[in-house]
Amino acid sequence: MNLSHEWLKAFVPHTLAAEQVRDLLTAHVATVEGFERLRADLAPFVVARVVETEKVPDTKLSFNKVDDGSGTLLEVVCGAPNVTAGAVYPFARSGTMMPAGFKIEKKKIRGFTSNGMLCSAAELGLGEDHAGILELTTDAAPGTPLLEVLPLGDVRLVLDVLPNRPDLLSHLGVARELSALTGVPMVNPDAAHAAPVVDVTRDAREVRGGGATVRLEDADGCPQYLGAVIRGITVAPSPAWLRERVEAAGVRSINNVVDVTNAILHGLGQPMHAFDLGTLAEQTVVIRRARAGEKIRTLDGVERALTPEMTMIADATHSIAVAGVMGGENTEVKGTTTDLFLEVAYFDPRRTRKTRRALGLSTDASYRFERGIDPAGLVSAMRAAIGMIIAVAGGRVDGGILGVGAEPAPRSAVALRPSRVRTVLGAEVSLALITQYLTSVGFAVQPAGEALTVTPPSWRNDVTREVDLIEEVARLHGYDKLPDTIEAYRPTTVPDHPLYLTGRRVRDALVGAGLAEVRPMPFVKGDDASHWRVTNPLADDEPHLRTTILESLARRAEYNLTRMLGDIRMFEVGSVFLGKGKGQGVLEEVRVGVLMMGARHPQHFADGAPAAIDAWDVKGLAERVARAAFPGVAVTLVPGDDGALWTIAAGERVVGAVTRVALDAPVWATPAFGVELTLGEMPLAYVAKPRTSAHAGVRPPMAPPAPAVRYTPLPVTPAAAFDLALLVPDAMRAAEVERVLRTSGGDMLESLVVFDEFRGAGVPDGMRSIAWRLTFRHPERTLRDKEIDGRRSQLLKSLENQLGVKPRTA
Amino acid sequence: MTLDEFRSAAESLRRDGPAQVAAAGTLDAWTEARNHLVGRTSGRLSELMTALGTLPKEDRREAGLLANSVKQELEALLDARHVELLRAQQQGPSIDPTMPGRADWQGTVHPVSLVIDEVVDIFRELGFTIALGPEAEHPWYNFGALNFPADHPAMDLHDTLYLDDLVLRTHTSPVQVRTLQQYPPPIRILAPGNVYRADPFDASHAPMFAQVEGLVVDEGITFADLKATLTRFANRFFGETKTRFRPSYFPFTEPSAEMDVLCGVCKGSGCPVCKHSGWVEILGSGMVHPAVLENAGIDSEKYTGWAFGMGPARTALARHGIPDIRILYDSDVRFLEQFAR
Repeated sequence: MNLSHEWLKAFVPHTLAAEQVRDLLTAHVATVEGFERLRADLAPFVVARVVETEKVPDTKLSFNKVDDGSGTLLEVVCGAPNVTAGAVYPFARSGTMMPAGFKIEKKKIRGFTSNGMLCSAAELGLGEDHAGILELTTDAAPGTPLLEVLPLGDVRLVLDVLPNRPDLLSHLGVARELSALTGVPMVNPDAAHAAPVVDVTRDAREVRGGGATVRLEDADGCPQYLGAVIRGITVAPSPAWLRERVEAAGVRSINNVVDVTNAILHGLGQPMHAFDLGTLAEQTVVIRRARAGEKIRTLDGVERALTPEMTMIADATHSIAVAGVMGGENTEVKGTTTDLFLEVAYFDPRRTRKTRRALGLSTDASYRFERGIDPAGLVSAMRAAIGMIIAVAGGRVDGGILGVGAEPAPRSAVALRPSRVRTVLGAEVSLALITQYLTSVGFAVQPAGEALTVTPPSWRNDVTREVDLIEEVARLHGYDKLPDTIEAYRPTTVPDHPLYLTGRRVRDALVGAGLAEVRPMPFVKGDDASHWRVTNPLADDEPHLRTTILESLARRAEYNLTRMLGDIRMFEVGSVFLGKGKGQGVLEEVRVGVLMMGARHPQHFADGAPAAIDAWDVKGLAERVARAAFPGVAVTLVPGDDGALWTIAAGERVVGAVTRVALDAPVWATPAFGVELTLGEMPLAYVAKPRTSAHAGVRPPMAPPAPAVRYTPLPVTPAAAFDLALLVPDAMRAAEVERVLRTSGGDMLESLVVFDEFRGAGVPDGMRSIAWRLTFRHPERTLRDKEIDGRRSQLLKSLENQLGVKPRTA
Repeated sequence: MTLDEFRSAAESLRRDGPAQVAAAGTLDAWTEARNHLVGRTSGRLSELMTALGTLPKEDRREAGLLANSVKQELEALLDARHVELLRAQQQGPSIDPTMPGRADWQGTVHPVSLVIDEVVDIFRELGFTIALGPEAEHPWYNFGALNFPADHPAMDLHDTLYLDDLVLRTHTSPVQVRTLQQYPPPIRILAPGNVYRADPFDASHAPMFAQVEGLVVDEGITFADLKATLTRFANRFFGETKTRFRPSYFPFTEPSAEMDVLCGVCKGSGCPVCKHSGWVEILGSGMVHPAVLENAGIDSEKYTGWAFGMGPARTALARHGIPDIRILYDSDVRFLEQFAR
């Protein structure tokens, strides 16, 4: 909402500076988010006196000596006919930027140096008059800034009006607040052009007068409608005061009639419309629902299709306006218009909202109707409009104000307990002060025992509960004046969400392993069969929600690869959206995804070129992440089929996979690997039915603590170890060999570690040599060499018998 | 050999020996030097000893003493050198200390997560725990339960992405209602998470961004508690500062308030960063609307509460001087590396 500081002052003749108004409104009403001096471009201009003037023969020019307050008289050449010695004029010193966009330079004209310019009204952007320079009637000393002399320094305040306060969408509404905050009473800014009071003729359905007929057929869409006929007007440019008002509100001046309607909208918050009465068939105005297939060409020149859900204004034959949104082109007020039909109405907020959404057409009018205008303000707005039109365009009212529909019911009273004010605000606000605050902004306050009965004013459709009144008290008292004491608190009943804790552990593990956390968006290309589609996606090429984290990471990796960055180690903890096509709705899971490619380590001079990350790096990382995610649960990586290198199991559950990641990658890129691990579900189901809880006021029991690590006694006897290099067929998995080694290794086998794999000289084709180091330990005594040798022979026999595996002989 | 010749040979060995010992730069060279000088079979000393036997008997005592003193001197030198060489071998070859150390890749936390972590840490000090909720949400939790009037302009503040009959939550506030339904007061929770808006992706808007929600509900919770707790947070987060509360509107809080802190650039005197107001908006807050408590089955006469919500991405952009929000999503590894700690 654009507010003019001067216009507000016309409603509330306060003496505050615009900055003070800004601060008051921000502290108590709504935030002023813009603050603009409208003629800041005139700030460098000063008042100057012409001390001497001398005509140059045979030219229009004069040579002048000018006092600009600087202490030395300046020589100035002027082309205007009306330069008069002793008079004062607006003066632009050399170097001043003119409103038209050029700079005044010092220059030589016929031997004289001209050190600036005496200005006409037109040159200052103050009107059309450029016949001569602008003579000022002021006592101000030369050198005084021009803006201190001319009343041009209006300030535009941009108020951030939130949807609960439609009453602030006008100068009147903001002025009410300013009046309450300053104690300065309101005045009628339009008293100068008020017309004699015009009477209202009302009927629920139809009223005639001044040759016109108004008929209401859609009272749901339009509870109240006022019309008025004005005959004999002259459409012309607006006078300066009217033009300045609408321009201060940020609206372009059109003509005197249209400007009045805009002045009423921005001044009083009442949208209104003026029709050219001569264009209305049978001079009839009908408020009805649109008919199927009905069309209208609106004032913006667009033909619009209407539906029966919309309320229309029509004459006897055609639609002439979309109610509450925009008028029709064919009934627009033109230069030749002499008779007007004025419309002031209350259109239903929800109906207006649906209509403007369906048409995709938001206007200053629809913006106010859909938020709710003052239903009791129509008559005074119509009277103000009539008075203003007659003042600026002439004419006379014919037939009075024609009203159809019902007069608004008064608002329901709300009870306010001062004790509740204290409960919510933590501050004692006296009954007298509460009453004063509420009364100051138009509430009617009646004592009712311990409480107050408070009736909101007609313009406050947002106040329906006690807490709404408490907010009024709080803001008018001032948030900054309310106390801020920190009190002892009781501990929360809510335990940390387990997925938060899991996510943090996983993140710490991955950051510790040298990976970078990313937070990309979950939108992907996808397909309708397996992905949920956003009904109204922002980007047509990514309309779906992801089903894996790796989909997002792959695109981020490609983004880096196109920038020649191939060392990529990134992860995300985030949501995926499953269940599409499974018939049970969206299933949201929180997962961690990891993508790795590039060098295993940064290069170091002592090591030579680092190797590329391979499947073993990723397998190891996957185990580490899964253990961080599921502490105390056995993690196993099971050789995968179906494209996965491994699936990840935590206990009995499959929780993820290690995969190769296919990328759109340049030839120099190393292979990419991925890990995707489900950390848990994020259930969508209702916790409890609306307006109920699942806890009946009782705290749920605390979860048991996580299982603790058990201490293993440290060995007190020495270990004995030997290596086995075995010839293992390519088709046989090392795990099978390990299984035999473990089962035949006996109780004393402490550890079993693969330390080498070799193919080549000495190893038959289709085989590899895998070497294990086996470590044995007896808990109570030192093992004898004989025992170890015996165990070795035993193992080799088992391997031969069970798997046909033989040692690699030297 | 005469005694004079023997003397001359012994003195020659005594003269040459130390240089040879010193020249032995490795253990192998040392062994070679030792064998050459005092080796039992072919060393120069053993040659002397052999020659000793050929001397006239009366000269042998003097020659023997001489040979023995040379031997002792050489062996002392050899032992000392041996210790030096062993010590050098333990220490390894000498290094150029200006060469770089062996580094490994360093992991990083996303700057938005860094802000969330800090907010979480501060509110943990004040007794808050962490609650989470789904990103694909029922409209009731996102709007109805939070007192959004149906078909009202308040909905325009939340341009919504829809998912058939669900919505992508437009704020983390649905977690308030889910928590209130699941746990009885006293409640002190923080709910970080991603939220969605149908905003085009540009330098200052993203269709998905993070939010942190806070909720306190108990008997006797007041606006004074809201102001004090959030001011305490601001002072911990930004360092000693001032806060300002302004009237605002959220359907699910009343009274509603925006909290500003003093502009970090101009400290309140006004500059382009704060649009010359001296203040920077940090979060929205307010007393929990009784309708929200009622919608979660909580007695709104008995219990009161307050809530707040803030956008950590905006804070991250401001504190790190990141000019375009899209950089947070691009995931350029050179950007991410800048946040190594």
